[in-house]
This record gives sequence, C-alpha cells and structure tokens, in this order.
Amino acid sequence: MNLPLLSLLVFMPWAGAVLLAVLRNARPAVARTVTLAFSLSTLALGWAVLLRFDPAVTGFQLVERRPWIEALNIHYFLGLDGLSLLLVLLTGLIAPAGLLASWRDARSPRMFGALFLVLQGSALGVFLALDFFHWFLFWELSLVPVFFLIKLWGGENAGRAAYQFVIYTIGGSAFLLLGFAAVFAATGTVDFGQLATLAADGTLTARLAHLGNFWPQVVFVGVLLGVAVKVPLYPFHTWLPPAYAEAPTGVSMFLTGVMSKMGVYAFLRILWPIFPAPLHAAAPCLLVLALAGVVFGAFAAMRQTDLKRMVAYSSVNHVSYCLLALFAVSAASGPGGPAAGAASAALGGALLQMFNHGLSAAALFCCVGVLESRAGGRSGLDDFGGVRAAAPVFAGLCGIALFSSLGLPGLNGFVGEFFIFRGVFGLAPWTAAIACLGLFATAYFLLTFWQRVFHGPRAGAAVGNWPDLRGVELAPLVPLVALMLLLGVLPQLLTGLFNPLVAHWVAALAHP
Amino acid sequence: MSPLQGCLLLSAALFSVGLVIALARSNAILVLLGIELMLNAANLNFIAFWRFHSGAAPATGVIFVLFAIAVAAAEAAVGLALVIALYRHQKNLRLQEATRLRG
Amino acid sequence: MQLSATHLWMIPALPLLAAAIGSLTPRGGRKLAAGAAIAAMIGAFVLSCGALVTALAQPAVHASANFTWFALGNEVVRVGWLLDPLTAFMAVMVTFVGTLIFIFSLGYMKEDRNFTRFFCFLSLFAAAMLGLLVANSLLLLFVCWELVGLASYLLIGFWFHKPAAAAAAKKAFLTTRIGDLGLLLGLLWLYHVRGSLLCYDGGAGVLEQGSLTALAGTTVAGGFALSTAIGLLIFCGAIGKSGQFPLHVWLPDAMEGPTPVSALIHAATMVAAGVFLVARVYPLMLADQALASVPVHALTVVAGIGAITALLGAAIAVAQNDIKRVLAFSTVSQLGYMMLALGVGSWVAAIFHLLMHAFFKALLFLGAGSVIHAAHHEQDVRRLGGLGRRMKATFATFAVGTMALAGVPFLFSGFWSKEAVLHAAHAWPVSSLPLLVGLAAVVLTAFYMTRLITGIFLGAPRTDAAAEAHENSAVMTGPLLILAACAIGLGFIGTPAWPWLQSNLGGIVVEPESIWEAPGLMLLSIGLVVTGLGAGWAVYGRRRNVNASSVDPLAQAAPGLFAVLAARLGFDEFYAATFGRLNTWVAALADGLDRRVWDSLVSLLARAGEFSGVLNREADEDILNRGFDRTSATVRGVGQTYSRAQAGETHGYLRTVALAFVVFALVLLLGGVR
Repeated sequence: MNLPLLSLLVFMPWAGAVLLAVLRNARPAVARTVTLAFSLSTLALGWAVLLRFDPAVTGFQLVERRPWIEALNIHYFLGLDGLSLLLVLLTGLIAPAGLLASWRDARSPRMFGALFLVLQGSALGVFLALDFFHWFLFWELSLVPVFFLIKLWGGENAGRAAYQFVIYTIGGSAFLLLGFAAVFAATGTVDFGQLATLAADGTLTARLAHLGNFWPQVVFVGVLLGVAVKVPLYPFHTWLPPAYAEAPTGVSMFLTGVMSKMGVYAFLRILWPIFPAPLHAAAPCLLVLALAGVVFGAFAAMRQTDLKRMVAYSSVNHVSYCLLALFAVSAASGPGGPAAGAASAALGGALLQMFNHGLSAAALFCCVGVLESRAGGRSGLDDFGGVRAAAPVFAGLCGIALFSSLGLPGLNGFVGEFFIFRGVFGLAPWTAAIACLGLFATAYFLLTFWQRVFHGPRAGAAVGNWPDLRGVELAPLVPLVALMLLLGVLPQLLTGLFNPLVAHWVAALAHP
Repeated sequence: MSPLQGCLLLSAALFSVGLVIALARSNAILVLLGIELMLNAANLNFIAFWRFHSGAAPATGVIFVLFAIAVAAAEAAVGLALVIALYRHQKNLRLQEATRLRG
Repeated sequence: MQLSATHLWMIPALPLLAAAIGSLTPRGGRKLAAGAAIAAMIGAFVLSCGALVTALAQPAVHASANFTWFALGNEVVRVGWLLDPLTAFMAVMVTFVGTLIFIFSLGYMKEDRNFTRFFCFLSLFAAAMLGLLVANSLLLLFVCWELVGLASYLLIGFWFHKPAAAAAAKKAFLTTRIGDLGLLLGLLWLYHVRGSLLCYDGGAGVLEQGSLTALAGTTVAGGFALSTAIGLLIFCGAIGKSGQFPLHVWLPDAMEGPTPVSALIHAATMVAAGVFLVARVYPLMLADQALASVPVHALTVVAGIGAITALLGAAIAVAQNDIKRVLAFSTVSQLGYMMLALGVGSWVAAIFHLLMHAFFKALLFLGAGSVIHAAHHEQDVRRLGGLGRRMKATFATFAVGTMALAGVPFLFSGFWSKEAVLHAAHAWPVSSLPLLVGLAAVVLTAFYMTRLITGIFLGAPRTDAAAEAHENSAVMTGPLLILAACAIGLGFIGTPAWPWLQSNLGGIVVEPESIWEAPGLMLLSIGLVVTGLGAGWAVYGRRRNVNASSVDPLAQAAPGLFAVLAARLGFDEFYAATFGRLNTWVAALADGLDRRVWDSLVSLLARAGEFSGVLNREADEDILNRGFDRTSATVRGVGQTYSRAQAGETHGYLRTVALAFVVFALVLLLGGVR
C-alpha cells in the first residue's frame, strides 16, 4: 500500500472543512464531532508517518513530487524530515486540544470548525511543502481563517487585534514574496532543496548580484522581515499580545503552539540553508534582538495585568530562546565551524524547545481559558484568588503547566532550555549570562500569576460556586500535562527523531 | 461623340433616373428598384471603361460586373425580404411611416 | 546488607513512588497516603544503611554507575549514581530524620483536610533530596536541586489560603532561584569546558585529576583561575539554597510552612544541600589552592560568606520573638558555621556539623511544633511561658536540643561538631577572623537559646492558650525522644579521641588524639558557652511578673540595637528598595518600550500606510476618475447629438447619400483629382 501520506495529512483537515461547509443544517454536536474527527486525523496520520520514518536518513522522506506549473518550473513537492515530523506531531496534538478547549463555545460551531480545519491544514502544508510556491500559499492561507476566528469569536477588542495581526503579518510576507521573486528571477527555481544547493556553493549570491550589487542583501532582508514578523522576533512582536489575548481560547492555543513555530520553522528551512552567509553576517545583530526578546519579553510580562497578555508575553520570551540558539550557532559558523558539541546542543535544544513550548504555552492558554469561562470573560490578574481551594485538580494541572513553562527540571521545558543555554554559553557566553535574567523574570511572573490567582483566600470571581474541571474540560489538559511529565524524563522520545538531522546540520555549518 | 462618351452619358442618365426614383417614391419596392438602377449604371460604367480602354487586362471588367450583379441579386433578395417583413408589420410599404429604427 | 552504586536509584525511587501514590489518592485515603510515605521512607532508610555498609568497605573510593540518559545531536548526555561515604552518611541521615518527621506529621497534621497532599509533597521532597545525594552527574544534581526547591515551595505554601504563606513560598523560590542561576552558569561553563558533567567517570569526570589540573591551569578574566570562577558560581547556588548572606532572607519567611516541613526541609536537610554541594565539588573548590597568583581563592570567599552568615544569623536570632523565627535564624547561623568550616579547608568538619545539626535542629523544630500544636498555633514566645510543667517530654527533649545547639560540653553532639569546626578555623593559615566570628557566635547562640527556652517553658503562662496546653500524643513525642537520644549519643562518632566519622568520611585514616590536644581553644569555647548560658539566665531566667506585653530586657537596655536586630537588619526593606525597585523599573521599561516605542512605530507605519491610502483615493477621485468621467460624458454627448440624425426615415438617409454623392462628385470634378 503506497498512500500519499503527506498529501493526506495536509488535505484531510481541508476535506473536513469542505464537509462542514456542505453540511449546512448540521446540529452543533454533529459539527463539533466532525471537526474533532478530522482534526484528529493529523495525529493518526502522523503516527502512520512516524512508523515509516527513518530517523537515520537526514534527507527528505515520503517525498511526493509532481510537476505543477511546468512553464515556471514549479512542482507540487511535499516531503518531511525530523524537523517537519516534530512539528506535524505537535500540530496533531495542539489542534484537537484547542478544539476541545473551545468545545463549549456556543457560537456557530460549524463555521468555527471549518475555519479551524482550514487553519490546521494550512499549518501542516507549511511544515511539509518543499517548494516555495505552494509553501507560500499555505503560509498566507493560514492567515485568512485566523482573521475570522479572532474577529468573530474573539474578545472585546478582537476586531482591532485581528486587523493588526493580519495586516502586520501580510506586510511582512510581502517582503518575503518580493525576496523570492528576485530569487526566482535570478535562478529560475524556488525549490528549497535546489536553492540550498545553489546557496552552498555561492551560486545564489553570485546570480543575485548579477541582478544588481545590492540584491543579495535586499533579498535577505526581505525574507528575514517576513519570517521575523511571524515568529515574532523582537521588536516585531507587538501584534502578538493583543492577538493572543483577544483570540478565543482554542485559537490562542493553536497560535502559540503551532503558528509561532511556523516562523521558527521558516528560519530553519529557508533562511538557514538558503542564506547562510548573510545570516552569519547579520547574526550578531540578530542575537541582540533575540536576547532582547528573552529579557524584555519576560520583564514585560511582569507588568501585564491581564493573564492572557501575560502568557502571550511569556510566549515571546520562550520562542526567543529558540532564535537565540539559532543565531548563536549562525554567528559562530564559518571556516572550521563552531564547537560541534555546543552547536548541536543549541540546535537540538531549540528543536526540543519548539515542541515543549508548544505543549506548555497551549496548556497555559487552556487554563486561562478555563478561568475566563468560569469568571464570565474576566481574565485579569486581580480578578481571582484562592482558586486552588475551590478547584484542586485544575490547580494541579495548571501548576504543572506553569512549572513546565518556567523550566523546572523533571518537566519537559527544562531539557530544551538547559541545552539551549549549554549551547549558547559555548558559542556566546555573555549572551547566555544575560539571558539568565529572562529565566528569573519568567519564574517571577509565573509565580505571581500562580500566587495571585490560586493562593490566598478565595476572592473575586472565585467566590461562590466554582466547580472543578469536569468532563470535556479535562480532555485537552490531561494529555498535554501527561506529555510534559513524560518528556521531562524521557526526552529521547523526541530527540531520537531529529538527532541525525542535527548532527548533519552541525557538520554542514563549517561553510567557507 | 465617341462610343465611350455615349456609354457614359447613358449610364449617367440611368443613374439619375434611379436616384430620382429612390428619393422621390415612398413605396419601398420602388425605392429598391431605383437603387438597382443606380447599381446597373455603375456596372455599365465598369464595362464601358474596360471595353474602350486600351491595355486593360483581359476580362477584368466583366468579372467585376459579374460579381456586382451577384451581390446585387443577393442584396435584392435581402431587400425584398425586408420589404415583406415591413409589409407584414405595418400593412403598407410607405417608408415615411417606417421610422422605428430612429436612433 | 549491601547496596552497590548500580542499585542506588532505588533509594530515591521509593519515596517517588509514594509521592505518585499520594498524588492519586483522594482526600479520604489518609491511611494509604501516609502509610505509603512512611513505608517508603523506612525502606529508603534500610537501603541507605546498606549503601553505607558498602561505602564504608572502601571509604576512599567513589563508586559510580553511569548510563546514557539521552542523546542530543552529536552529544550523549550521561548521568549516573555515585556511592561514597558522603552520599551514604547523608542518605542515612535524611532517611532517618525524615522517617521520624513523617511520623511526627501524622500527629501534627491530623486535623488538616489536605493531609494526603501533605504526605505526597513530603515524599516528593524526600525523593528529590535523595536523588540529589546519589547523583553522580552535576546535571542530575541540578535537576534534583530544583525539585527540592519545588517541594519546598509547595510545602511553604501548603496553607496557601494564608497570603503570608503564599508570599513566603514565592519569595523562597525566587530568592533561591537567583542563586540557582549562578549555579546554572557554573554548570554551563563547566559543561562547555569539559564536555561532561559527570563527577566521577573513570578519570574523565569533572572532579577527577585531569579535569582539575586543566581547570586550575586556565586563567580567565580578572586573573582568576577557571576553577575559581566555576567554583564561585556553583557556590552561588549554595548561598541561595543554604540561606547564606546575602540571600538568607527567604529562610525565616519559610517558617510560614507547617512545622514538620520547617524541621525537615528548612532545618535538617534541604538547606544543608548547599553545604553538601560544596562538599561534593570540594576537589574543584580546592583546585586553586596551590596557585599563588590568583586574586582570591574560592574557599576564602566561602569562609568569608560563612563567617558573616554565622554572626549575622546569631545576632538577629537574639531579637526575634517567634519561636520558629528564632530557630530559623539559628539555622542560618549554623549553616554559616558549616560554610565557614568548608572555607577553612575542613569539609569533613562541615559535614560532621551538618549531620549533628540535622538531628538536634530537627529535634528543636519538632519540639517547637509540639509546643505550637499544644498551644493552638500560638508561636510567639511572649505569649507562652510555663509550659515545662505540663509538657515534660517536650521540655526535656527541647532542653537536650538546646544544649546540643549551644554546644554544652562533652555529652552533647553539637559540642563535638562545633569544636571540630572551631579547630579547623583555628588551623586556617589565611586569617583568624573566622575563628573570632565563630567564637562570638558561640556566645550568641547560647544566649538566644536560653532566652527561647526560658521564654517557652519557664515562668508562668502568659496567655490562656499557654495555660491550657497539654502534652501531645506518643506519635509526636516518640520522634522527639529518639532524636534527643541521637542529639546526645551521636556526637561520639566524631570525637578527636575516636575519629571514626572523620576517617570514614574523608577516606583518609585520622589518628586518634587526646581531646586535650588544643586545650586552650576548647577551654575558651567552653567558657564562652557558659558565659552565654549564664548571661541568658541572668537576663531572662529570673524574670518574674512578666506578661505578654512586657518589654524585653534587652530592648530596655539598648532599644535602638534591639529594634534593628528585630527588624532583621532591614535586609528585606533594603532589597525591596533596591533590587525590587530595579526589577519593577526594568519591567516598566520593557512594557513601556512595547507600548510606547514599538507599538507607536508600528502605528506610525500603519498611519503612513493609511495616509498614502487617503492620498491615493484623493488622486483617484480628483484626477483619474474625474478625467474618465469627463471623457465618457463627452462621448455620450456626441453620440446623443448624432443619434438625432438617425431619424429612422429611409428617405432622409437616401438624401444624405445623394448629397454626399454630389459633394464627392463636385470635389472630384473641381478639386482636380487626376
């Protein structure tokens, strides 16, 4: 049996969306079930892919490549390596969890589900496409459902947040598209693999320079801008707190768990292999920006009085750790390459961190969502008190997510962060030392969150009837928390998927 | 008077008669008739110039005229059809009354 | 029974299992949770004894069992278990004291509705603490280090509905985390330089000779040896965890937790983890000793911090009124003693004092817990008094603990371990300051303990709660008695005349010598103890007719000094005014940058976009659109004009044709087209 697994992965959620669009008179329960079933297809197919995946191979596997627009040398080209697989599995976990977290949202579940599935399919497309043309389609297509999901199902100021998010991101993508148009004009291909090959021997730069001396830089900056807004890299992050805070819970979970990884993925898949030399040249500067994201992201979170904004800022902080690792490695690349141990620790740590942050941030948003739904939409730091007395199970699960987020050893967050720090320390020691401030600040604001909301006498919205988690509310949290515990002790479940890939990257870093 | 001049005079007379008929009569069939006369005057000119002009290529005038007659026949057919349609529509053939195509 | 390094994991695994059971037990399953916890602890104690037997067979050997945890990229992360006498003695102490405190908790926490949760957290703590002890990898040690911090956080905040407890828990976690960041950086540096964090790995470990030579031989910024820099960073972790100056502020606040927690975590075991850590990496701390040119030796810093803390803690303890705060500052002071011993070069004396302190301080805390339990959670010394008659067992054991802590000669364990520390300080060639500080702390310790015990047990009851107190059940007094026996008897394993502990701990046989080897120092310290006790008795022992609002005699004598000491020298206020404010300021800066600068920039860009849109629209409306409109209007007008000619009259058309014909003919004829 030779199923086109990757195509199925991408298009199953879309098929679900189409089905929901057709089922015009479906009852809410039916619509929700259909949505969940198609959303879970990613996990099932991801499992099937996992069984056929050979971690030892560093190239792309399960490749599907067909000519699409032959005149422009564009192919329908899907494939996956350890990095993609990691993110596909993450999507498979976060998307159903997000749906379950928004299960009780009464407003038009059919529409919500359809948009959510479109979003999920687009994200998977980004993780699996290997030709810029349809990669970019998926990349942009993911914005459309998010816009509507935030605007129609979001909070009070959702309209503004949705506009800001979409326009900011599209603005960034315009530069990305421009950059790739130039690349296409220069080389006649937008196949990631071919471009990487061209980049490796300097042909790409030479051809771009042929268009005009400044083109290599312009293209790099354009692509960088597009990706940096998506991640987001400090200071392009100001769209993030309002968007995450206004989005409905499930969408916030997906945004922070999966969508922010799309940016980091683009760094690894595009900037890293296709523009190694400019990235190396810009890395010291970018390193400072990533550091600012780590430190200022965490400190800014301290000042937030809204829980969702606080968690959103912690997301800025955590994603910046990944970038910190990438930039440190890139800054140290060059003749002879960086210290292999440090580089592989930093890169491996960054990959782990991508997955772990997806779990912990999604779980935190889920918890804030529970608080919000219990408190009738309020999610201020001062709106609660003593919730732990009222809902011990909820407090326990939220506490584990919180401690995972602040990098407590024994939970998943620690391993990634420790090895990012280990790598960055070896490559740029002062950066690591300053980034420690971020660790402290993270602990500070997360514990403040915990203390104000869960501890003390029952107060604010927590007074009165405050049931503990029940039924479907447990469904998204329990698997996430279980994975946090499991991956904290057995990180090899994940590292096994990408170790050879990381080793391969490190070996390729010694570029001239 | 050379034969050419004679022919041209005849054709001019023919044309004038046709023109007067076309302008003066109000019956659509007679107007059509006038137009046919003018057409034949032109044909006569073609033949005359061809016949009395030295160095003309063989048969060009005749071919011209043959084509013109064929076209005129087709035109007459169309014209008569229009006339019939006009008659069916307004139960007479007075052109003064046929003003529905006014712009 | 023997337990080799390979099976050492079982010691922490047992309490971990109990914690898992406890976490899944519903509120009603009190017996199951507590039973599992206590059984696991007893099991761990038995296993630890087995480990001790194994370790003592070859005290100089660091037996390790390493294995691969996971691989990351090219790197293989290895961790392992380490069995040496240090591990084994500590494990036996922790499991023994732990078992007793667990049993005591049965009584103390009887009425608490979160009883099962309490035992779950206690077991989690025990697992993490034991894991910390048996870890052969500094990475694994760090993992457990943070987990004991978590357990401490959870247990300090156990009565989380009290805002003070919640705040204290947070403060403890954050303050220790500051130190932990130093530790983390030290480990990162070590990892980067050595490529491994295994302590002992058949010659390749970071604490083995090859590594130490390399570390001491490298110079970093400021002329420090690399080993000094890493050692001091690691020591930062110990400062945080062991409540050393300047990060001692969290420990007194941690007394908001239930008293058994204070006894186990914040007196006997976890706070001693810092001392244990320095002892564990002692080869590293020692590596720069042979270098003459370094600005400062790592151990000198340790000694200095230890001396400051010892004096500071003892001085503040004099002016505290809460039983547990007095004991907490006493713990700070005693931990300073241990650090001092480490700094002056005798880690064996430090660990000896650590072990002895664990027993008698646990005894004192449990005694305090017994008092507090009996007096319905009244823990202000001024509001107690006269309990000695009604709580004989508690009084007797508390008195034993007091004498052990004060260092009453010969019979009590604290005397011998304190003497060991003072002798080590005496022998330190660098400076005599630690010795002087240590001696000063001896007087203060004896003094504040006399103040405490007279305040609680002697005199007349000063409140109703104190008057109605009565002795607790055997489940609480039993552990007290056992611990009191230890506080008396255990000191004899480390006397100069029979240095069994010293020989076995260090792996180097110490020759027995007469206890009068350095009679001057010993007599001096005995004299100071007597002075302290006497002074305490003179000031507090004979007070009559005092009530709960009487002013402390010391406060009468020196109100200014007493107020400053009672306010803990203002450290909290100082930190709030400096670091706290700095923290707030940076947070405000970060937030302000986002709101004011970056967001404004984006808004500006958006405005620019909007403006260009407006411009564009105006241009479209005024120039392009209007132009098109005009053109099309003209075309339409022309068309309308022409359409008038289309009268629909066939004759009109024909006339036009004729006219045109005539005109063309005239043009041809007259215009002369030839």
